[in-house]
Amino acid sequence: MEALLFNVDSGFLEGTVRGYKGGILSQSHYANLTQCETLEDFRTQLSATDYGNFLANEPLPISTATIADKATQILVDQFKYLRNNAVEPLSKFLDYITYGYMIDNVILLITGTLHERDTHELIERCHPLGIFETMPALCVASNVEELYQSVLVETPLAPYFRDCLSASDLDDLNIEIVRNTVYKAYLEDFHSYCTSLGGPTAEVMHRILSFEADRRTVNITINSFNTELTKEQRAKLFPSIGRLFPEGNNQLAKADEVDQVRQVCEGVSEYRVFFSDAPSSTANSGGGDEASSAVSQLEDRFFHMEVHLNKQAFLQQFQYGVFYAYMKLKEQEIRNLTWIAECIAQDARDRIQDFIPIF
Amino acid sequence: MGYGYVSYGLPTFVIIIIALYLLFTGSGEAFNVGRFLEESSPYAWAATGIGLCMGLSVLGAGWGIFVTGASIIGGGVRAPRITTKNLISIIFCEVVAIYGVIIGIVYSSRLNNIPEDLLYTPQNYFTGYALFWGGFTVGMCNFLCGVCVGITGSTAALSDAADPNLFVKILVVEVFGSIMGLFGLIVGLLMSSEAREFEAAQVAAAVVSPFVH
Repeated sequence: MEALLFNVDSGFLEGTVRGYKGGILSQSHYANLTQCETLEDFRTQLSATDYGNFLANEPLPISTATIADKATQILVDQFKYLRNNAVEPLSKFLDYITYGYMIDNVILLITGTLHERDTHELIERCHPLGIFETMPALCVASNVEELYQSVLVETPLAPYFRDCLSASDLDDLNIEIVRNTVYKAYLEDFHSYCTSLGGPTAEVMHRILSFEADRRTVNITINSFNTELTKEQRAKLFPSIGRLFPEGNNQLAKADEVDQVRQVCEGVSEYRVFFSDAPSSTANSGGGDEASSAVSQLEDRFFHMEVHLNKQAFLQQFQYGVFYAYMKLKEQEIRNLTWIAECIAQDARDRIQDFIPIF
Repeated sequence: MGYGYVSYGLPTFVIIIIALYLLFTGSGEAFNVGRFLEESSPYAWAATGIGLCMGLSVLGAGWGIFVTGASIIGGGVRAPRITTKNLISIIFCEVVAIYGVIIGIVYSSRLNNIPEDLLYTPQNYFTGYALFWGGFTVGMCNFLCGVCVGITGSTAALSDAADPNLFVKILVVEVFGSIMGLFGLIVGLLMSSEAREFEAAQVAAAVVSPFVH
């Protein structure tokens, strides 16, 4: 039934975002890009794609950071166009997408303030999608208590901070724990907002968000091995959504080694591939090097899965999932471009194929 | 949930109260379907039928055009080539309104001005009912057909923007969707084929409704 009225408010923007999606680089573009000898070649190849002449005015030794920045800027411009044309409830949905970046920015500012870094430098390093009007106000805060108060007043993230953390937590806790606590609250809130939208939006977004939650759960578990984090604290960081929730999360909270994580993931058929031929940690307990390569391989597989799920979001019309999926796919594309550019710049030809193709 | 209780519960409650009031005050016969059918003029039935036929058809066509149009405009931002091709989808929606116009014209030719005391013949009752239900059939048929073609057209526009090879394939789906409106048109014509124009009764044989005063 959503097909009847969806187009009243969002038909134009859905068409636009699907048009943007047509500009995502394809396999043949990547084949050309990986053949480039220098970054100037790279720029020429990119100008034949949807990116156009976005690097035309850059002074010549182009750094990979510039490429990433400019590509992100294009994405941000597109997002702002969508956001400015959106009405409720799509505008709220798009705001939710920015909250994820906002959390990263606020965490960055908190870390910076705790270490008394220069605030202007910090603001420049923030992700442009997570910038909010009152962000400079956060930098005025001189101590953690003030910072906490201003986060509550000035940002849309207030509920996440208020419900999960107190001012003293910011001081005591590891910053990664703060980040994960807030992100967990954000994911759960986004999940319940999508549920309230109902219909195919909920269906598509639940698939994506469940995976996102599971990915965080598995990552937190693996990264907390052999650290000071107690198991109760770990369990508190797991989002209460996802396909591993609840019994998988319970087992993960008690896990001590990668093998147990693998067993939990066996329970979900799609997740089985993550550990399919990763070397088990018991066999290689001595070789820390191999264990870390297994973790980075796992990370790659997570990205593959994410791209796969986001591509699936485009198979269904009349739902908001495409907006989220487009942002995530485009982010992956920027990561790919940066990777290829980095490989070209450092002449690491043998690893240039390690990006994650999208289409 | 609370909203559902009010919106469904209150009307039901009011209707039950009114029905019981009529029943217990001895005026239960005020609700009389046969009397209502005999008293209402065949003109009212015929004109309502024509109105429903036109109104629902145009509603369906308009709905379809806006669903398709929004997607064509959106898809056309990054793929301007789709705009001209996809006007076909708009035309398919428009055809639905034309079906309604055709039936409306055919039906309205049955209307004649008859003096009231010569109007209530069985033949004229039949014409009135035939035009009403014929118009309703055509209207509903075209309404759903318009929505169907509109949604398919919107999908056609977006898939054409993504991959030009898909356009013809989805257009086939759309054509079959638009044929459903034609079914309604045919059945509407058949339903009214036996209905003659409104005719004045032979004075001797006039069966004036006993309820008309």
